[in-house]
Amino acid sequence: MIGYLGVDVGSVSTNIVLINEDNQVLENLYLRTQGQPIRTVQQGLKKLAQHLPISTVIKGVGTTGSARHLSAVMVGADVVKNEITAHAVAASQQVPGVQTVLEIGGQDSKIIILRNGVVADFAMNTVCAAGTGSFLDQQASRLNTPIEEFGTLALKSTTPVRIAGRCAVFAESDMIHKQQMGFELPDIVAGLCEALVRNYLNNVGKGKEILGPVVFQGGVAANVGMRKAFEKELGLEVIIPQNYDVMGAMGAALLAKEAVAKGQPTKFKGFGIADVNFAVGSFECDGCPNMCEVVEINEEAITIARWGDRCGKWANALVREQSKIS
Amino acid sequence: MKVTFPHMGYLYVCVKGLLEYLDIEVILPPPTSKRTLTLGTKYGPEFACMPLKLNLGNMIEASELGADTLIMIGGCGPCRFGYYAQVEYAILKDLGYHYNMVVLEPPDKHISELTTRIRKITGNKSWVQVIKAIRFAYQKSRAVDEVELMSFKIRPRELVLGETDRALAKAIKEIDNAASPQQLQLALLRSKDIMNSVAIDPNRPVIKIALIGEIYTLLDPFSNLNIERHLGRLGVEVDRSIYLSEWINDHLFMGLLKGIRSTKEYCQSAAPFLNHFVGGHGLETIGSVSVYAKRGYHGAIQLFPFTCMPEIVAQSILPKVGDALAMPVMTLIVDEHSGEAGMITRLEAFVDLLTRKREFKAN
Ligand code: SF4
Repeated sequence: MIGYLGVDVGSVSTNIVLINEDNQVLENLYLRTQGQPIRTVQQGLKKLAQHLPISTVIKGVGTTGSARHLSAVMVGADVVKNEITAHAVAASQQVPGVQTVLEIGGQDSKIIILRNGVVADFAMNTVCAAGTGSFLDQQASRLNTPIEEFGTLALKSTTPVRIAGRCAVFAESDMIHKQQMGFELPDIVAGLCEALVRNYLNNVGKGKEILGPVVFQGGVAANVGMRKAFEKELGLEVIIPQNYDVMGAMGAALLAKEAVAKGQPTKFKGFGIADVNFAVGSFECDGCPNMCEVVEINEEAITIARWGDRCGKWANALVREQSKIS
Repeated sequence: MKVTFPHMGYLYVCVKGLLEYLDIEVILPPPTSKRTLTLGTKYGPEFACMPLKLNLGNMIEASELGADTLIMIGGCGPCRFGYYAQVEYAILKDLGYHYNMVVLEPPDKHISELTTRIRKITGNKSWVQVIKAIRFAYQKSRAVDEVELMSFKIRPRELVLGETDRALAKAIKEIDNAASPQQLQLALLRSKDIMNSVAIDPNRPVIKIALIGEIYTLLDPFSNLNIERHLGRLGVEVDRSIYLSEWINDHLFMGLLKGIRSTKEYCQSAAPFLNHFVGGHGLETIGSVSVYAKRGYHGAIQLFPFTCMPEIVAQSILPKVGDALAMPVMTLIVDEHSGEAGMITRLEAFVDLLTRKREFKAN
């Protein structure tokens, strides 16, 4: 079997997917990063290797997510791409001609505007840490409803309650208030979805021209209530792709496939890296008043990468190869 | 008298050249660093834009080194920069840093207002000498711009990562050290040699991106988080809509020197989208997009400090301009909260997709 790996390491979750030559997702792994990206990637690869037939050949690896550079030097990636490109590429592959990608994960949300197949504009939430995904999780458990049914519940509503959605803290207290006033649960849940959608469009999607086809992806896309709220607010059909929750990893795998298609052999270090000793160290440079915190990645006591220096003095000391993969 | 002035990229080479030519003692603020920004943010008003905060930090750090006289540029028009000098002066005074401040700004009533202010610094030097010094400073700015332009072409093609940055630093030092027009001529030749000695791959395909927007954030690598270097390393040849020498020619010499690129071209090209002055460089920002589109650039990045009014006006018009010219334009807004990682993610995404667009076109 021949496959391509995509690794998406974010602050909350880590996804690893394996796609075949036909761009189909064969394996799909979801792990909690828990602040330990190195350990998580190693565990993920180990798990994956156990699933796969011995004859599996990995022809390319791509990494994305906030720890993309770290995971790239660990696994020996052929491409390192940021989340925006990876998500856009995966969305274009699943829904050709897509012009808008709405992405809401556990902690992050972003909007990507594509025109003629190119990212023309994008925005990410950077300030508010109250992630929509985790917030929905919390509310579902507070209302004693399994998160899977949360969205369906919203669909039963005919008259959603208006909930203040400026931020999650307001939304929560306003929702409790509406509950105490005796509104029906479906109406409250539907109102909550609408509030979150308004909040997203006002903060992340501010000023962007949203044209169809619109793709909605990320963990929250599983919530049908959110999808309906988007459709209502935008007046457009909202498409949820098949692999909506692993689009970052999938994009990375697609990009890896594209990269090695040009003929270069993969740099993948093999599943054996699950047992290698990686260590991260850091030091404060005293070269100038910037006092950069320089991070070092060591593989079996050899420094394989460094970053964090403003002037480039430390990163430059290592070879071009490694920094050039990005 | 120990004179200082705030940083803005390589402005110091030119102003220091001018003052030292007139035998005035100069104390340069230390290179802008995190400490500068921390000081500026601590003492500057929260709502002010980043240039004010960095200027303030520079002034405090220069004062620590013994500077007692401060030169600031003033201005008029809708941009707040015009009164920054006064605000900074008041803050410094409150903090107990005592400076004589000389604000150079277009005179209100009579040219003598300006000349008396210049006299405060130049003392009894003859006007002929002052004019010679200004010419020398201008030549320095030309020289700096020339090597910077070379670096834009070389960086995306360099074979050894970081070589261009090392060469550029050396080249600028050569120019900075030249004390007379004769020395400067030689220094420029040497610095060009230094730049040309960087090993490159001339056939590497590059993407061309224009950096447009507000002057301070365009010229100052600290404030724009070294955007030119990041782009260069992503294989991008950049150009900037503003160079110091052009700005001097346009604004101080009233465009007297011919045959030099001028921002007039930008203002004229803005016409279908924006027809009047909106302060700062807003009009130029709009117009520069079509100029660069005509020159075959693949995309443009607008840079400005958070809360910069003229650029916000431009930003709201840019999507239309980009659409009309089929030129992707991205906006980056910087302030003290900007993280380098976030900016790199955005740059990578932008460059990637320009590259993909080009590849798709080619196929
Ligand atoms: S890494 Fe470079 S910029 Fe950072 S503190 Fe050291 S010398 Fe200064």
